[in-house]
Amino acid sequence: MSWTKKDLLGLEYLTKEEIELILDTADSFKEVSTREIKKVPALRGKTAVNLFYEPSTRTRVSFEVAAKRLSADVINIATETSSVRKGETLIDTGKNIQALKADIIIMRHNCSGAANMLARALDISVVNAGDGWHEHPTQALLDIFTLKEKLGKIKGLNITIVGDIAHSRVARSNIWGLTKLGANVTVCAPEMLLPVAIEKTGAKTSSNIDEALKDADAVNVLRMQFERDEGAAFPEQLDYFKRFGITGERLAKAKKDIIVMHPGPINRGIEMSSEVADGANSVILEQVTNGIAVRMAVLFLVSQAREVKT
Amino acid sequence: MSILIKGGRVIDPANKIDALLDILIEDNKIYKVAKNIKAQANSIIDATGKIVAPGIIDMHVHLRQPGREDKETVATATVAAAKGGVTTVLAMPNTNPAMDCLENVELSRGIIAKDARVNVLICGTITRGRLGKELSDIAALKKSGVYAISDDGCSVDSDELMFEALKEAKQSEVLTICHSEDRKLSSKGVINMGFNSTRLGLRGISNESEYKRVARDIELAEKSGASVHIAHVSCRQSVEIIAKAKKKGVKLTCETAPHYFSLTEDALLGYDTNMKMNPPLRSSEDVAAIKQGLKDGTIDVIASDHAPHTENEKDIEFERAEFGVVGLETELSAGITELVDPKLLDWNQLFEKIAFNPARILGLDSGSLSEGRPADIVVISGDKEWTVKKNELVSKSKNSAFLGRVLKGVVDYTICDGKIVYVRQLSVH
Repeated sequence: MSWTKKDLLGLEYLTKEEIELILDTADSFKEVSTREIKKVPALRGKTAVNLFYEPSTRTRVSFEVAAKRLSADVINIATETSSVRKGETLIDTGKNIQALKADIIIMRHNCSGAANMLARALDISVVNAGDGWHEHPTQALLDIFTLKEKLGKIKGLNITIVGDIAHSRVARSNIWGLTKLGANVTVCAPEMLLPVAIEKTGAKTSSNIDEALKDADAVNVLRMQFERDEGAAFPEQLDYFKRFGITGERLAKAKKDIIVMHPGPINRGIEMSSEVADGANSVILEQVTNGIAVRMAVLFLVSQAREVKT
Repeated sequence: MSILIKGGRVIDPANKIDALLDILIEDNKIYKVAKNIKAQANSIIDATGKIVAPGIIDMHVHLRQPGREDKETVATATVAAAKGGVTTVLAMPNTNPAMDCLENVELSRGIIAKDARVNVLICGTITRGRLGKELSDIAALKKSGVYAISDDGCSVDSDELMFEALKEAKQSEVLTICHSEDRKLSSKGVINMGFNSTRLGLRGISNESEYKRVARDIELAEKSGASVHIAHVSCRQSVEIIAKAKKKGVKLTCETAPHYFSLTEDALLGYDTNMKMNPPLRSSEDVAAIKQGLKDGTIDVIASDHAPHTENEKDIEFERAEFGVVGLETELSAGITELVDPKLLDWNQLFEKIAFNPARILGLDSGSLSEGRPADIVVISGDKEWTVKKNELVSKSKNSAFLGRVLKGVVDYTICDGKIVYVRQLSVH
């Protein structure tokens, strides 16, 4: 199959086959980062623009590294110092970037749906690097890629996602991607952090982490989002670490080879103990490495789709 | 000035008429409704094959003037109204300044006298500045000629203050229109709460935030004996609560808007800000309940909640975009397409909801084709289809939830107060 979408907005919008194509493409790009000269000319002459409306280091840098390993030119726009500060609308900013003949906008935005809106307004590719609580497709893709690498398959796996599911784009993208590939997903959170009707995605819900860990092949531990304060739930108030924190003690009761993932940055001692973060089950740094291959694949595929169209 | 409308299918719920008749208009009034009227007239309209009905009375319109003339003006809104077959609008008071005192009502009346193409009635506020803190001088507002009071856009949160308002409204014999929303529950929500709000990552607005306040407003209506009209009913439980109260004999009427029976929350899946309104588009179950409520008479009125916003306020990130959609130019066609065409309502029932009942509720002479009544009439090609296009909307703002939709029913003539205020231009191709 071939890739036809100019944008990557979310995993909800992809078929199982499209997700598999990204994973397979990422697999072939992974080797590039192990070379002496970590570069292929796949996107030579292309320009990718990192447009980040929310602070992010790891995602932005990961995209930048991915684009550069494909030989694309990368421009970083920090919105605090651009005309966005002067009140320029998102669509105007996008159209200006398009007028500069950039090929791809990689956008992080605090409003859900911002990437959908931008993609609709522009002819160039838009890659969603996280929009509000909506989706963070490349994070989920790298999570799934890592799982597949570790366990050989996704179908039939029991995956638990624990944390503030209600406000998590990482959770949503993981749920869509994993369920499409046939995994059994359980989301685990205090009841007030489980979004309405989330079970309609196919995920099961739980508010008891020990039960949710029992048959899990992997646990994806979300960051508690201090910076997105909703005035409702603070980890302390929920006694979060005690009730939901992933500790060695809890893991001891789970499957022996359970994989522990985290999208980073970790709040040590809040959602996860240091012992677990640095322990044998943790694949957290491998996730970061795989992020480059996955993002290379995404940038490569969306550029190809545009070339086929024009 | 006389107009003879010949050979149309006359729909008049006031007189239970659905027949091929002629209508003669003289001196701004309906002079005669009969078969084969032989009379001289200044204009003759051949209505063969067309529907002839009372002009639409839209009880819920935001004109935006004074204060937000960049969104809409009395002039542009009433041109849009005429195009949509609307001959009377009730102007909501959330202008700047708000219609909370005699002076402001006079200001508005001056603009209307100068610019309005159709009848514009003024709605006053319940509280000063619509702040929900202290009551407007409701008796003075009534004396100044307002047809209703409402803090539309906001609900009066305090039970005590709302009760005081309703007692005053009863004393002054003025209708109170309730925007029934508990902000503590709807909070920062932007779309219906449910699976769609979850998958889109947007804050939800629960049905509860509406129906709990509907229940409170009805309770206070009953206690005070005032006439209350619930605006923009959108969810199943509200319909149920209203039906129950009506059965009990509470002086209560209500309206819904075309988008609440035409569209479900699934229209939001692409983050289209033209689908963002308050209350929000609800689930298919709610839409079914709204339709049923229209059919069984629980819902008395269809009103547009015409809420113009500029592109700058709509073509932005979803959660930052304004709530509201324009509706004057599409409400009749939406009613025909979604209600008459599928035979949920017949023509008479549709015009009951969009003309006769609003007239009755507001105490107007219009809304009927009885002889001697004001000549507010619409002539419609009921079967003609059209596509809603942004550049063909005449309202100053283009934020329609029906853009791109094919609707049935096109207005050929709108006659307001005996004058032809709109004639459809035959398209030249």
